[in-house]
Amino acid sequence: MASSTDTHSSYAADIHPFWGKLNWNIFPFYEPVIFYTFIVVCILGTAVLAALTYYRLWGYLWREWLTSVDHKKIGIMYVILGIVMLLRGFADALLMRIQQAMAASGGEGFLNAHHYDQIFTAHGTIMIFFVAMPLVVGLMNYVMPLQIGARDVAFPFLNNFSFWLTASGAILVMISLFVGEFSTTGWLAYPPLSGAEFSPTVGMDYYLWALNIAGIGTTLSGINMIVTVVKMRAPGMTWMKLPVFTWTSLCANVLIVATFPVLSATLALLTADRYLGTNFFVSELGGNPMMYVNLIWIWGHPEVYILILPIFGVYSEIVPTFSGKRLFGYTSMVYATCVIMILSYIVWLHHFFTMGAGASVNSFFGITTMIISIPTGAKLFNWLFTMYKGRIRFTTPMLWTLGFMVTFTIGGMTGVLLAVPPADYVLHNSLFLIAHFHNAIIGGVVFGLFAALVYWFPKAFGFRLVEGWGKVSFWCWLIGFYLAFMPLYVLGLMGVTRRLSQFEDTAYAIYFNVALVGALFVAVGIVAFLIQVGVSIVKREELRDTTGDPWDGRTLEWSTSSPPPYYNFAFTPRVYELDAWDHMKRNGYGRRTEGYMPIHMPRYTATGIVISALLTVMGFALVWHIYWLALISLLASIVYGIAHTFNYDRDYYVPAREVDAVETSRTRQLNGGVTLSAAE
Amino acid sequence: MMTAPSDATASTDFAAAGATGPAAPLQNAAPQIRTGSYQFDVIEEEHHDTGTMLGFWIYLMSDCLIFGVLFAVHAVLGQNYAAGPAPADLFEIEMILISTFALLLSSITYGFAVIAMQRGQKTAMLQWLAITGVFGLAFVGLTLQEFMHLWHLGATPMASAFLSSFYVLVGTHALHVTVGALWLAVLLVQLQMHGITPANTRRVLCLSLFWHFLDLIWIGVFSFVYLAGVLL
Amino acid sequence: MSAHESSHEDHRGDHRGDHHGGHHGPDSQGSYRAYVIGFALSVVLTVVPFWVVLAEVEIGLALALAVIFGLGAIQILVHVHYFLHVTISAEQGWQAMSLAFTAILLVICLAGSIWVMFHLEENMMPDHEQIERVRNLP
Repeated sequence: MASSTDTHSSYAADIHPFWGKLNWNIFPFYEPVIFYTFIVVCILGTAVLAALTYYRLWGYLWREWLTSVDHKKIGIMYVILGIVMLLRGFADALLMRIQQAMAASGGEGFLNAHHYDQIFTAHGTIMIFFVAMPLVVGLMNYVMPLQIGARDVAFPFLNNFSFWLTASGAILVMISLFVGEFSTTGWLAYPPLSGAEFSPTVGMDYYLWALNIAGIGTTLSGINMIVTVVKMRAPGMTWMKLPVFTWTSLCANVLIVATFPVLSATLALLTADRYLGTNFFVSELGGNPMMYVNLIWIWGHPEVYILILPIFGVYSEIVPTFSGKRLFGYTSMVYATCVIMILSYIVWLHHFFTMGAGASVNSFFGITTMIISIPTGAKLFNWLFTMYKGRIRFTTPMLWTLGFMVTFTIGGMTGVLLAVPPADYVLHNSLFLIAHFHNAIIGGVVFGLFAALVYWFPKAFGFRLVEGWGKVSFWCWLIGFYLAFMPLYVLGLMGVTRRLSQFEDTAYAIYFNVALVGALFVAVGIVAFLIQVGVSIVKREELRDTTGDPWDGRTLEWSTSSPPPYYNFAFTPRVYELDAWDHMKRNGYGRRTEGYMPIHMPRYTATGIVISALLTVMGFALVWHIYWLALISLLASIVYGIAHTFNYDRDYYVPAREVDAVETSRTRQLNGGVTLSAAE
Repeated sequence: MMTAPSDATASTDFAAAGATGPAAPLQNAAPQIRTGSYQFDVIEEEHHDTGTMLGFWIYLMSDCLIFGVLFAVHAVLGQNYAAGPAPADLFEIEMILISTFALLLSSITYGFAVIAMQRGQKTAMLQWLAITGVFGLAFVGLTLQEFMHLWHLGATPMASAFLSSFYVLVGTHALHVTVGALWLAVLLVQLQMHGITPANTRRVLCLSLFWHFLDLIWIGVFSFVYLAGVLL
Repeated sequence: MSAHESSHEDHRGDHRGDHHGGHHGPDSQGSYRAYVIGFALSVVLTVVPFWVVLAEVEIGLALALAVIFGLGAIQILVHVHYFLHVTISAEQGWQAMSLAFTAILLVICLAGSIWVMFHLEENMMPDHEQIERVRNLP
């Protein structure tokens, strides 16, 4: 095989009218890492496909999951997508840690610079867009309609479509691993580096089309969730009786709708620069690369709040539940969330203080950035006061929450440091920054996601996760996080910049080696989580939750069975107070077991997956400049979409006797333990 | 707030929902389980109003932000002519006035279509919608003609940042009008097939929002890009 | 809709005029009269700025721009009122609220971008005076 530089310059050269840029040299198997990964993926992939075929699961999968418009199934699919992509993104992280440890210790490492660039770009892109976003959106999808006592989201088909658009983007990124290459420009692809002149290969195009397609899905999902909260709340659930997770989800979705269009438009302009030769972000003919940086951060900063706000909601559900108290300062929590939502839109320039803007601009954005820490601090105090004098149960979700409270505070404080423009001039793009945002995102978002997964797992699957492995996972993550990122703060203060694959100075070795050990701890933590899920599936009968309320929860999702029936609630609950389910339990709620009525439900449809598949083909074709295929798949998706609008028969009524059958079996389940002990 | 609600009221709206399900829900369901002063279950069939109009409105707001970005780009890059032609050399304001009127007329004809729909006059509605579509296509045609004219002059999107942002901003708007016209065509077929049903009414009203919204964006375009452009 | 009048348990506010498929009452979508008024206003508000530019009216650049943008803004409001029928009460206020919120975001985006981008080189290439000033700092 030719060396990598020869290879990609050869396929950037000419475009075949039929095959576009495709040819036999595009497979990057000259990179040993990719070659072995490919073999493993082939073996595992074949095994999974064979298993699906052997157990005749294709039909089931298609009918019950892939074409499902049930918000619970879509939520679970989002979470599965997020966890699969987490493995990919974390593998990239581990490769980088190993490379930097080797390079800092006096060697050259095992990754060449071009490959290393792809790895850090893929790591950032995947972790934000295809790990954190699907996990957060999946959680909102699963939990929020249940919390407001709704039977589905406002637009169930759109929900399915949004998921498949996100999956479509993830698929394009994954294809880039083995077909061609990925972008080398960092996760936000600053021009002019990301322009056609300096990044002529398909890597940038994979990035652009993946995010263009996934971004549309996210926007649509945001619209869907907003309308769901506004229109579908149970009777009596006024705004100040809304569960905090629903509040934070609403604010996050408002931010999604307010910012993802900006991302789409900005990426579309960069795409135009690359494909059509326009001059938006080039350094000549009047273009201005800093305009891209400006626009992308108008999206980029609210994006981190899109991730963290729902997770703040998660903690606000977990802390009261496991402290046995109502949340301290509910009202201030709501207002803090709204204030953060607004403020997050006026801080974007702090990502490029070093652009060279004058003192007035930099100080304005520095001050707004520091102000954000006030409502966030208020939230932390609320959680602390909720725990104060509570009867705390140290379950796994609570451990994750405590780990968050300490870790996130440190991350927040280093953020305030970076918000000071003169300090930022020193620390900009250093490993200090890397340590800061990993501190906020791992310590905030990832810990919260694990807490949420453990917390709501019994609701989704009907059995709890084992505690032991969960605690192993938590401690490995916590220790691993501190080992991996505290050295990076030090390195950053010493002046080491981000995205380096080689080092002259072996004095850094000790820090990078400690960071590597930390990453290995995190690896154990991830494996422990997978074991936790595996062991729990094996032991599911003894972990079975027959009550629907395994944690003594406070909000409506715990009032229905685990897992909930597809219509969620046989009778829509009526809400009188905040923490509706707690209120129901305290006031002698009795479950109604007769008088069921037909329930209005949406039909499943294949339109979402079909159109997304066509758009994936379109994205792939555009990446490789196969224009005829792109045009055909685009037209096909439009025609399919129009055909879908001719179908007026989109919903049906679940007959009352079917509801009766489902609910009677739940009654039997609820009484199961009682009758058994009575018989004994 | 804590008082017990009155007896559950059986839905009268249910049959009017245009549902194809069973004729009527159980009107007098089981005796209510009252716990203290609280009634925790909703026994009557629920009537959520559909969120379609609100959802579509929020979509329009997100679209508005896309245009916002394009306007911001034009504000920042719109005077970077790169030694190429400037607005005063290129734009024919008389033609813009004509296309503005095409769009404005299409807005009011769409309004008349909606009024006809609400009065149940199917034929009049279809005619007004068709006229709207013709005006919309005329607008798109004029934009295309302008683009081709400029292209022949050598003022292509590749010539300068000003022209890049001009083509993309005006082109995105014209693309929206094209999509609206396609939607209108599909809707005409569906109205012909099914008449003024609740589902079709909803669609006509959504497209109405879309159509008027595009007219609103156009006000920004002609003021900012064309009129201010030739003055500056 | 009569069922709603007694439904004080439904605290989500009123559902007036938007039941089942967005059935708007006749008033909510305007009348011929409203459309014609809106159209007439739009014509005036369109023609005046075009006339200012086409007839090259001698009122100075600043005033001409003020006329163009001022009348443009008024025309946008006219469209919002007469064509889009945005009212404070529609959709329980969510329509007007989301419009106002979007307007704020647009202002932030536009004004912010312009402010930031015209500050681009403020600290990049100091002119001679700036250098001297810094040099002479106590």
